[in-house]
Amino acid sequence: MENTDTSTSTVRRNSKRPRYSKFTQQELPACKPILTPRWVISAFMLISIVFIPIGVAALFASRDVVEIVDRYDSECIPANETDKVKYIQTPGEKSCNRTLTVPKRMKPPIFVYYQLDNFYQNHRRYVKSRNDQQLRDSKEANSVSGCKPEDFNNGSVIVPCGLIAWSLFNDTYSLSRNNITLNVSKKDISWKSDREHKFGKDVYPKNFQSGGLIGGGILDPNIPLSEQEDLIVWMRTAALPNFRKLYGKMEVELQENDVIDVTLGNNYNTYSFNGKKKLVLSTTSWLGGKNDFLGIAYLTVGGLCFFLAMAFTVVYLVKPRQLGDPSYLSWNRNPGWR
Amino acid sequence: MKRYAYINDDGSSQELYRDNRISNTKYTLLNFLPKNLWEQFSRFMNQYFLLIACLQLWPLITPVNPASTWGPLIFIFAVSATKEAWDDYNRYVSDKKANEREVWVVKNGIKKLIQAQNIRVGNIVWLRENDEVPCDLVLMGTSDAQGLCYVETSALDGETDLKTRVVPPACMGIDAELLQKIKGVIECPSPDRDIRRFDGNLRLFPPFIDTDVCPLTIKNTLLQTCYLRNTEWACGVAIYTGNETKLGMSRGVPEPKLTAVDAMIDKLTGAIFIFQIVVVIVLGVAGNIWKDTEARKQWYVKYPDEGPWYELLVIPLRFELLCSIMIPISIKVSLDLVKSLYAKFIDWDEKMIDQETITPAHATNTAISEDLGQVEYILTDKTGTLTENKMIFRRCCISGVFYGNESGDALKDPELLSAIETGSPDVIRFLTIMAIGNAVIPVQSKIGAIQYKALSPDEDALVQAAAKLQMIFVDRTANILEIRFNGRTIHYEVLETLEFTSDRKKMSVVIKDNNTGKIFLLTKGADEAILPCADAGQQTRIFTEAVEQYSQLGLRTLCFAWRELMADEYHEWSLVFKEANSTLVDREWRIAEACQRIEHDFEVLGVSAIEDHLQDGVPETIETLRKAGINFWMLTGDKQNTAVQIALSCNFISPEPKGQLLMIDGKTEDEVCRSLERVLLTMRITTSKPKDVAFVIDGWALEIALKHYKKAFTDLAILSRTAICCRVTPSQKAQLVEILKSCDYRTLAIGDGGNDVRMIQQADIGVGISGREGLQAARAADYSICKFRFLTRLILVHGRYSYNRTAFLSQYSFYKSLLICFIQIFFSFVSGMSGTSLFNSVSLMAYNVFYTSIPVLVSVLDKDLSEETVMQHPQILFYCQAGRLLNPSTFAGWFGRSLFHAVVVFTISLNAHAYEKSEMEELSMVALSGCVWLQAFVVTMETNSFTILQHLAIWGNLVAFYALNFAFSALPSSGMYTIMFRLCGQPSYWFTIFLIVLAGMGPIFALKYFRYTYRPSKINVLQQAERMGGPILSLGTIESQPRTVEREVSTLSIAQSKSRSPVYEPLLSDSPNTRRSLGAGGTFEFFQSQMRLSSVYSRNCKDN
Repeated sequence: MENTDTSTSTVRRNSKRPRYSKFTQQELPACKPILTPRWVISAFMLISIVFIPIGVAALFASRDVVEIVDRYDSECIPANETDKVKYIQTPGEKSCNRTLTVPKRMKPPIFVYYQLDNFYQNHRRYVKSRNDQQLRDSKEANSVSGCKPEDFNNGSVIVPCGLIAWSLFNDTYSLSRNNITLNVSKKDISWKSDREHKFGKDVYPKNFQSGGLIGGGILDPNIPLSEQEDLIVWMRTAALPNFRKLYGKMEVELQENDVIDVTLGNNYNTYSFNGKKKLVLSTTSWLGGKNDFLGIAYLTVGGLCFFLAMAFTVVYLVKPRQLGDPSYLSWNRNPGWR
Repeated sequence: MKRYAYINDDGSSQELYRDNRISNTKYTLLNFLPKNLWEQFSRFMNQYFLLIACLQLWPLITPVNPASTWGPLIFIFAVSATKEAWDDYNRYVSDKKANEREVWVVKNGIKKLIQAQNIRVGNIVWLRENDEVPCDLVLMGTSDAQGLCYVETSALDGETDLKTRVVPPACMGIDAELLQKIKGVIECPSPDRDIRRFDGNLRLFPPFIDTDVCPLTIKNTLLQTCYLRNTEWACGVAIYTGNETKLGMSRGVPEPKLTAVDAMIDKLTGAIFIFQIVVVIVLGVAGNIWKDTEARKQWYVKYPDEGPWYELLVIPLRFELLCSIMIPISIKVSLDLVKSLYAKFIDWDEKMIDQETITPAHATNTAISEDLGQVEYILTDKTGTLTENKMIFRRCCISGVFYGNESGDALKDPELLSAIETGSPDVIRFLTIMAIGNAVIPVQSKIGAIQYKALSPDEDALVQAAAKLQMIFVDRTANILEIRFNGRTIHYEVLETLEFTSDRKKMSVVIKDNNTGKIFLLTKGADEAILPCADAGQQTRIFTEAVEQYSQLGLRTLCFAWRELMADEYHEWSLVFKEANSTLVDREWRIAEACQRIEHDFEVLGVSAIEDHLQDGVPETIETLRKAGINFWMLTGDKQNTAVQIALSCNFISPEPKGQLLMIDGKTEDEVCRSLERVLLTMRITTSKPKDVAFVIDGWALEIALKHYKKAFTDLAILSRTAICCRVTPSQKAQLVEILKSCDYRTLAIGDGGNDVRMIQQADIGVGISGREGLQAARAADYSICKFRFLTRLILVHGRYSYNRTAFLSQYSFYKSLLICFIQIFFSFVSGMSGTSLFNSVSLMAYNVFYTSIPVLVSVLDKDLSEETVMQHPQILFYCQAGRLLNPSTFAGWFGRSLFHAVVVFTISLNAHAYEKSEMEELSMVALSGCVWLQAFVVTMETNSFTILQHLAIWGNLVAFYALNFAFSALPSSGMYTIMFRLCGQPSYWFTIFLIVLAGMGPIFALKYFRYTYRPSKINVLQQAERMGGPILSLGTIESQPRTVEREVSTLSIAQSKSRSPVYEPLLSDSPNTRRSLGAGGTFEFFQSQMRLSSVYSRNCKDN
């Protein structure tokens, strides 16, 4: 536009006159939608038409997932023990047997989770108590900033440092069906990116859990951190106080009414803060684990939109209102200023 | 305090005063950082952010990386510091240029070329034609034999005509060579800022004529930044230098104006701050309790048994930091940015360019555009603002004979022409005063045409008219005037000029006819200044009537009078006058006194009537802005009748019987008090009637009212929608603005002349008309426009849009900050009240700086209604005036919305990503994406018109969000490595986002639709009407019907060429609206008929 009439534009430049453009004149072509009843009602209708099927599909996906949840924290305390905390804190073998019944056929892969309730991995003191440099690089073994109070033990550096690693979950499960051990694979239960980039292949645990107070699990000092998958999983802190973490995977199919015997090593202390411990066996769907929330929410929103569409239609038919009716404009009549 | 400038003294006396280095810079290289920081930190918001940033340096309590606050903070500081530095650097560069300019100066008796900054007080500076004057000088010599020179003072006062400056008598005729060696002393006051006044004395030392003290006035000075014109050379003694010149002293940084919107934003910020403190205290206490009851049991947290002394403070402080984002750090920057764009839009507006002179409008103050949309009172000057200030001589009355009454143009009146032909002495004297009773300079161009350089447009009109009536003013050489009448050349010598002052209201010249040697006093001035001084024997009734008649037509009148002086009388008086002229103390008063001694016993010759054209579109503009609910006050220095007539002709007030004029007059306190109370009573009674009531007050009564009855007058000011204040001084104008401001009204003052400057600076918004009276007003104003009619566009289009946009932008800024903050607060409930941040530092910073600021910035292009619709329905401005779009209740709506959205985002992302998916980084990204998506849709929903730029910003921003996060996710060292890739691969992520958007927007959308359709605001109705494409039925057509009836009975329609129906709006809808019932049986009729009105006027005139 500017090049077509150079003569006038030079004239303009000489004077104080600003150059004309649609932008400077605030005259850019604009689309000005208005909310007509038809438009709004069809929009809500469309939403409900899209949402209800998605909700149904999500609900089906969630219902397809078979899940066995077994809370074992109180059952695994011998009946004669009154002080649960003292029991769990005394060293020694604390095994416990549980039986699970498969309610429905479960197709592999079957995921074995442990679930902790009322455990605040997201606590301000806890969530920051780690040092990513130290985990990644063997040369950075001395960087323990942020790891307090689990940074030094008798003057020497702890690897991995910090409260998160120190409180590693250490219950063990071994599953068997009809006295045949079910193989629970602990391989590839952590994120690949974590194994490859966040936890070093040449970083070995050092001074870990060797202090006075032992928190949770112990790590084999001869295995590099990148292969300590339980630790890697544990150190992906959960955002909620109730969370599940992957314990292992099973590649067997479980039939309905199969009975699974679980031998538990009950070592982890959740008793002092009334936390719950659960063992979870679950299949998965395209949406993830068993979670009805998305399905129900979609159905609710879809239903609401449908209801709104209907309501607006009824109101529109019963009490039609002309848009832009100038009689609402009377400036001098009793002003319905809002 | 006095200062003594020793001419050509190169000794120690020079050191007394500073050199001529001009410095307009605010900072130096050394003090820039501390001074600038100090200035920035004197603002509360900045102090707050600094405190937060400092707290964040304490790792124990900071939830996020300190960079998330320090980054934006440093950025914001750097931006404004850079802006300041750049401005200051530019000032430095221009100062340097001025300082290093080379000028000829006499040093040690030799003329040398030196840099302007080295001029000292007492140096003689030589200037050539078209040179700029480097400092304030007292003229010593010029190339002109008569000691005259011409200067252009437009840089100083904006007046473009040339002014004469004259060498003081003591130095008259001294040879140029001798001038280099001249010695003497100039006694002058300490530097001041008055560019119209200079009272000094000059005494030359021997061997020069060491006679009397020679008085100096402003006429003998050359002030800094003036230009020497039409004069070969001139030289002068430096008296004020550097920043101590008259110009330098009047320079000053005006107080920054704060808009109503800014004040509201500050108030809301304060409210949010209090809310934040409450939240912090509640959460802090809860956190401490939770810590002591629960967290001690959580062995893995390992709380030490004994904490340090400040342990109780740690959790509250953490929450303080977590909640600090409630107050958006970006709001100041965003607002500054959009405000400067509003100003640019005004500068760019093609529709506000004056086609004659091609001058665009200009926004000098870029920060107050929103206020334009909230104007409630407009105080306007009359001459030059409502009128064109282009004077044309129309009629006259000479010795009781009216000329020009039939044709409306005296220049074509055959009677007058024949009277000139026959040489009627009164007519000739009248014409002589028209031609030479002034300070006009004729400039004869090479082809022989004479151009007049006049100070006042009235004088210009008179001289031009006289020239057309054969009395041609040809030349002014020093004191000799040459006029040509009917081919005859007559020479007069000007003996004295008694200049016009606003107190005396007249000006006179004493001239000597060179042929006869007779001395005359020729005077012209306001009727009330001349007629009382008339010779006792003369009947002045006819002139009073003429003045009356002319001013009813809206013409400006001047009375002409003369008297022959006896030589003795003159000489005696001239000594008094000289003495008065050379006093240093109270010179003005002494001169006035001296003038009074000669200006008496006039023979009144006649009255001239000059027409001042209304500017184009003034009545329409006033009507439109009235409809928009804006009240008008006219403040003028003109006389009552003229003001009232102009007011009538431009729709300012309505004629009888619809309009009603109430007079406030009186000379004494009692009279003013009584009349004020009467008017107040009438006002109170008539507010419910369909009448346009206006009050008229003159300067004298105003003075008394303001002094003694300020409260009553303030009450009156609140009640009245229209007022005319005549004969007011500049300071009274400013006082009136102050009164309206004290009643919490937003005022806009518009004017064009130097006498409006104070009012313009005092008002919330000052608008200057860059017109004929120079640029002084335009310079002092916040906005300058060329024509009064552009005011409509400035207010209704630019002001309204700016207000709407800022209202949205500021509330949105709070909304988005609150949203993310609420999520953080909710998260603290599931994280053991420990103050964990759900979002990482990078996200928090980017959220405020990028993700949410860009889409909202394009809202500066949003237009809720088209310009045409607004112009047709100016009433819609009410929404801006009353602050309907930004107030605590709309803010509460946004607050609620952010709370609702936070609940939606938090519950949905928490539940959808529960159990095995509840990984911290992932959940935080889900919540963040939810927020960013909601932002996009909120902006979309609040936008009324989408241009391509808006789409680009809103959707482009969303794309950019993902691009940026993919980039972060690709960095192995970043905390969120691979997170975004993982999320985007999961269908559940997309379903969650989809759900968040619809659950968040659905109800808001439904609510908006419902309101829009079933409870529409006027804006909505107009939007619908506009976009349905149907004809917008203007209410004007409906409502004007009863008014047409009224119009027929209107009695007063002299100047009412275009009869219109001004519509008043209840300003703050406080009056019950019975306006439509047209109150037929009005019992109370305090109406002065036009007859009575005029008799009152004439009585006033006589009283004066």
